[in-house]
Amino acid sequence: MKTIYVDNNATTAVAPEVLDAMMPYLTELYGNPSSTHSFGGNVEHAIKAAREQVAALIGASPEEIIFTSCGTESDNTAIQAAISANPDKKHIVTTRVEHPAIKNMYEHLSKQGFRVTFVPVDRKGRLDMDFLYDSLTEGTALVSVMWANNESGVIFPINEISHEVRSRGIAFHTDAVQAAGKTPINVADTGADLLSLSGHKIHAPKGIGILYIRRGVAFSPFLIGGHQERGRRGGTENVASIVGIGKACELAKTNLDEMDTRVRYLRDKLEQGLLDGTPKSTVNGIREQRLPSTTSIGFDAVEGEAILLMMDALGICASSGSACTSGSLEPSHVLRAMGVPFTSAHGSIRFSLSHYNTEEEIDFIVEKLPPIIANLRKMSPFWDGGSA
Amino acid sequence: MWEYTDKVKEHFLNPRNVGVIDNPDGVGEVGSLACGDALTLYLKLDDDKKIKDAKFQTFGCASAIASSSALTEMVKGLTLDEAKTITNEKIADYLGGLPKEKMHCSVMGRDALEGAIADCMGDALPKIEGEIVCECFGVTDIEIERAVRENGLTTIDDVTDYVKAGGGCENCHEKIQEIIDSLTGKEPVKKTEPAPLTNIQKIRLIEESLEREIKPSLKKDGGDIELVDVDGNRVIVKMHGACATCKMSQLTLENYVESKLRELVAPDLVVEEVSA
Repeated sequence: MKTIYVDNNATTAVAPEVLDAMMPYLTELYGNPSSTHSFGGNVEHAIKAAREQVAALIGASPEEIIFTSCGTESDNTAIQAAISANPDKKHIVTTRVEHPAIKNMYEHLSKQGFRVTFVPVDRKGRLDMDFLYDSLTEGTALVSVMWANNESGVIFPINEISHEVRSRGIAFHTDAVQAAGKTPINVADTGADLLSLSGHKIHAPKGIGILYIRRGVAFSPFLIGGHQERGRRGGTENVASIVGIGKACELAKTNLDEMDTRVRYLRDKLEQGLLDGTPKSTVNGIREQRLPSTTSIGFDAVEGEAILLMMDALGICASSGSACTSGSLEPSHVLRAMGVPFTSAHGSIRFSLSHYNTEEEIDFIVEKLPPIIANLRKMSPFWDGGSA
Repeated sequence: MWEYTDKVKEHFLNPRNVGVIDNPDGVGEVGSLACGDALTLYLKLDDDKKIKDAKFQTFGCASAIASSSALTEMVKGLTLDEAKTITNEKIADYLGGLPKEKMHCSVMGRDALEGAIADCMGDALPKIEGEIVCECFGVTDIEIERAVRENGLTTIDDVTDYVKAGGGCENCHEKIQEIIDSLTGKEPVKKTEPAPLTNIQKIRLIEESLEREIKPSLKKDGGDIELVDVDGNRVIVKMHGACATCKMSQLTLENYVESKLRELVAPDLVVEEVSA
């Protein structure tokens, strides 16, 4: 059975070009970049080149980039650095729909004496900007807002928020893990102080992340150790993965156009096909302000895990905001923050595409999924009996 | 990904007895949309008062559908008295077991069966008695007690797995623990509330803790700390020596001092630092 992978917001396939670039550093070029000999020095050159590739994707200078172990480490580091730089400020702001790497860190800090504001979103997944700006005070140390949401795909107006927040002398961080490679990012325009990226969402391997630190921003390391990353992140470099994420960023930059055209076309075709094929189905999130690769669709009166496992039997890999898939008993915090009614929150499925998806795959899903929903609805006591 | 047995998968992908029975002899309904799963069970009896037919409608995950399907297969041909002996454990066993976190699906099956049997016998549907403990999922103390007793549950997580109680806002965790303790014969751990400290006692205790516990460990790193003021729950301190200039350790240091003082003096203290 062929695997149809439409769960790219969870993780992505390592691009063959990325693996090729990495292989020498997993085999013969095993030197330590900190070594004095040229065997290690050559490896240092590879890291330098990767740093330039990453910087080019987001319009940064190479020295503003540090390599971390994952998006979560980048997010945690950014938050700790910002609050350490402002020890007298005990108020921090974020949104109600952040990734757990931010959300749980903020909740952790709220137990350590920080006052925390979680900015709500509306039914369409848009941020309440007035609420955000009204919450800012002289005691605010940091605002962290994700660039794009992982579940709904809704893109937040990061440039505007960043400029407003920073004009008030408050540090601004953005988790751009889901946005990178899907929508253009330019840190010079945005003016963010700190920005996080993750390798495995852009066809690099798992276990490598990026933190952008704008030049001049007060910073303190999260991992204290050797002089690696110019003292900003201790630990011997994950060389092969650094080379990999460099290559992945180069590819992502090249593929941005395709993302905006062909992948967007496929996503729209999938979305429209499923909406047309299934009554009582709705898109979660404002359709005009989303990543071109992502759609979250709520199917009334059915439960997400059941849909996923029926699709799984056909080789289709997607994910859901349903409670039952995560081991929790309530639907995702993102869908709840958006106020998606229980009728469709439990039955919401997220499809996230990459440029590896083909039109045949999309046609296959559009053909196979509506009968699955109809079948489950026939079983459901909440389906009113109309044709599903 | 959940580890489902082949039998669960098989009953999920090919569920038996889906649908509605017209003019049923008994109907049992449990669950709701908000809770994430729900089951309606229909029973039809033959002339000998044995269950001739059973059908179900389920909204829920794979194990909810499989449990419902299994239940309908299990009850067919039984008398109502025989059907009464089906426990949630038996439904799970029939399927070769369920993941622990999914045991509530089997409990839902058992509850629907009880409702349908009562309906067949002309009894009023068993009213949910008792007092709501878990507001999120509307679970009563009686339901929790029963799940604990019948399944030998020992932890709050167990209770959440079996009847969902405690799986939402977690405000009811203390109450659930009391129920578990009372049934397992454990004396509930009485929290001894210490008398609140007077201001002068609090300040003395803070001073003492700083001298005895905190200063010595800071001094190891060439640092020192001075108590400036205590205002309500705010403890205002000044750092000296290596601590004062070490920006990097500021956060950890403040956290360390705060958590130490919270442990030794009062849990609601907030440490604030003024520059030296």
